[in-house]
Amino acid sequence: MLELKNVTKIFNGGTCNEKVALNDLSLTLNDGDFVTVIGGNGAGKSTVLNAIAGVWKPDTGKILIDGEDVTNMPEHKRAKYLGRVFQDPRLGTAGNMNIDENLALAARRGKRRGLGWGITKKEREHYRELLAELNLGLESRITTKIGVLSGGQRQAVTLLMASLQQPKLLLLDEHTAALDPKTAAKVLELTDRIVRENKLTALMVTHNMRDAIAYGNRLIMMHNGRIILDISGEDKKQLTVELLLKQFNVAAGETFDNDRALLTD
Amino acid sequence: MLNSLLNAFPGSVAQGLIWGLMAIGVFITYKILDIADLTVDGSICTGGAVCAVMMINGCNVWISMFVAFLAGMLAGLATGVFHVFMGIPPILAGILTQLSLYSVNLKIMSGANVSLSVRNYDLLVSLQYLKGVPFYCNTLLVVALILAAVIGVLYWFFGTEIGCGIRATGCNAAMSKAQGINTDRNKIIALMMSNGIVAFSGALLTQYQGFADVNMGRGAVVIGLAAIIIGEALFGKLLKNNFALKLLQVGLGGIVYYIVYQAVIMLGTEPDMMKMYSALVVAIFLAIPYLKERYFKKNVASKGESHA
Repeated sequence: MLELKNVTKIFNGGTCNEKVALNDLSLTLNDGDFVTVIGGNGAGKSTVLNAIAGVWKPDTGKILIDGEDVTNMPEHKRAKYLGRVFQDPRLGTAGNMNIDENLALAARRGKRRGLGWGITKKEREHYRELLAELNLGLESRITTKIGVLSGGQRQAVTLLMASLQQPKLLLLDEHTAALDPKTAAKVLELTDRIVRENKLTALMVTHNMRDAIAYGNRLIMMHNGRIILDISGEDKKQLTVELLLKQFNVAAGETFDNDRALLTD
Repeated sequence: MLNSLLNAFPGSVAQGLIWGLMAIGVFITYKILDIADLTVDGSICTGGAVCAVMMINGCNVWISMFVAFLAGMLAGLATGVFHVFMGIPPILAGILTQLSLYSVNLKIMSGANVSLSVRNYDLLVSLQYLKGVPFYCNTLLVVALILAAVIGVLYWFFGTEIGCGIRATGCNAAMSKAQGINTDRNKIIALMMSNGIVAFSGALLTQYQGFADVNMGRGAVVIGLAAIIIGEALFGKLLKNNFALKLLQVGLGGIVYYIVYQAVIMLGTEPDMMKMYSALVVAIFLAIPYLKERYFKKNVASKGESHA
């Protein structure tokens, strides 16, 4: 489904701030995989997602989606394969535009945009139904500017947007990190539901070890731009936070240093 | 004094409408694309120059105005290429085009100015057409109709798929790319539309005043911003949330700007000083949100405590 072959990315190369963000990283995702990604500060979790999304080109290596080489494909073209939700709730939606307009933008992902209406009446009815399923009361506020919604509401709508056009791959970049624990739990449940219902392949970066263990069928731990643990199947089901930390110490040869991950329950 | 002001009133309104049309062009870049595009100081003159020279060479007024529109779009394209494909920050990209246009405009006119007298040419709008002509030739009506037509077309366009994509591009580029929107292309389209409209208003202005001058666009972007700000301040509460009304509000802002401008001059202000006053007024209005935040924001928490 998704293949990363020996991808390397160095930021600020040749300066004193040089940072090897991805170090000869290879990863293969199978159809229907729901992979959680966990790692210390600066391990390269978000960098992997940005490489896949095409925010910049990797220095070396190849990225293939369903066998197609997308390494040099610009971000907006690659978007037809990808659904994305960001850490900052403001990033995933156009704040000055209405809820329904945002959904309409997402519904046209990967399609040619012409001089037809940006949103039709029929669509609006459809969105009203989809929003009602979120149970956030948004269906009656469909022409509200999305910028006035709370972070959790915006993330929920962004999730809906990411799944409107069935993506080959859903990229979730710590999308619950900016939310309060209660809202974060709700958004995670919604994520799980959307992934299951649409049978999506998903890559979810999280800072919360419990979430990483609880969700998905496969867990990847990153360290210094490399994948140091890749646990799936029965092993994944048996995982506990203690076990994971122990395995990390063995694999990385040092203690886990993500203060946020350790402090969050 | 009041009498002379009233006499000048239709003229101020007509000029205000023309500048309001230009301000709508500025609105597209400044408000929708979130770019302060300085190309307009040059492209308004380009529009005027192209229209005047074409009409002098015997072209029909509508064709001349259309070509002026296209010339403005080319200017916008230049800025777009500087910005999008060459990575130059938008303000600088606009300044570079504006500077180039100074030479281009001199070349078009073969000099610093050309006159386009209403006596010799079949103009669409003119200072002379404010009184004593059939009502359908009245410049006020003609300009108002053009403004309404432009607002209508823009209202339609920004409701289309491409138009929505442009709005999203200006609002959130990261999200737009994630939704498969070609932000580079959209920026260029918006810059071209904006400058096309600005050049078109330049063509109207040239006919109205009877000449094109290489300096006629100096400070145009400031006037455009003034019209946007005045429109927002005076009519923002009244005409909320509808895109067409927002554009109308910019047009009305242009009229108010010009009436105030005339009144201030008639009160005895030196015309030479007007550009500075305009700039200061715009500076103050642009600063208001910042000043409010920095100096006048009430601390909610401490207020709550004092009540407790």
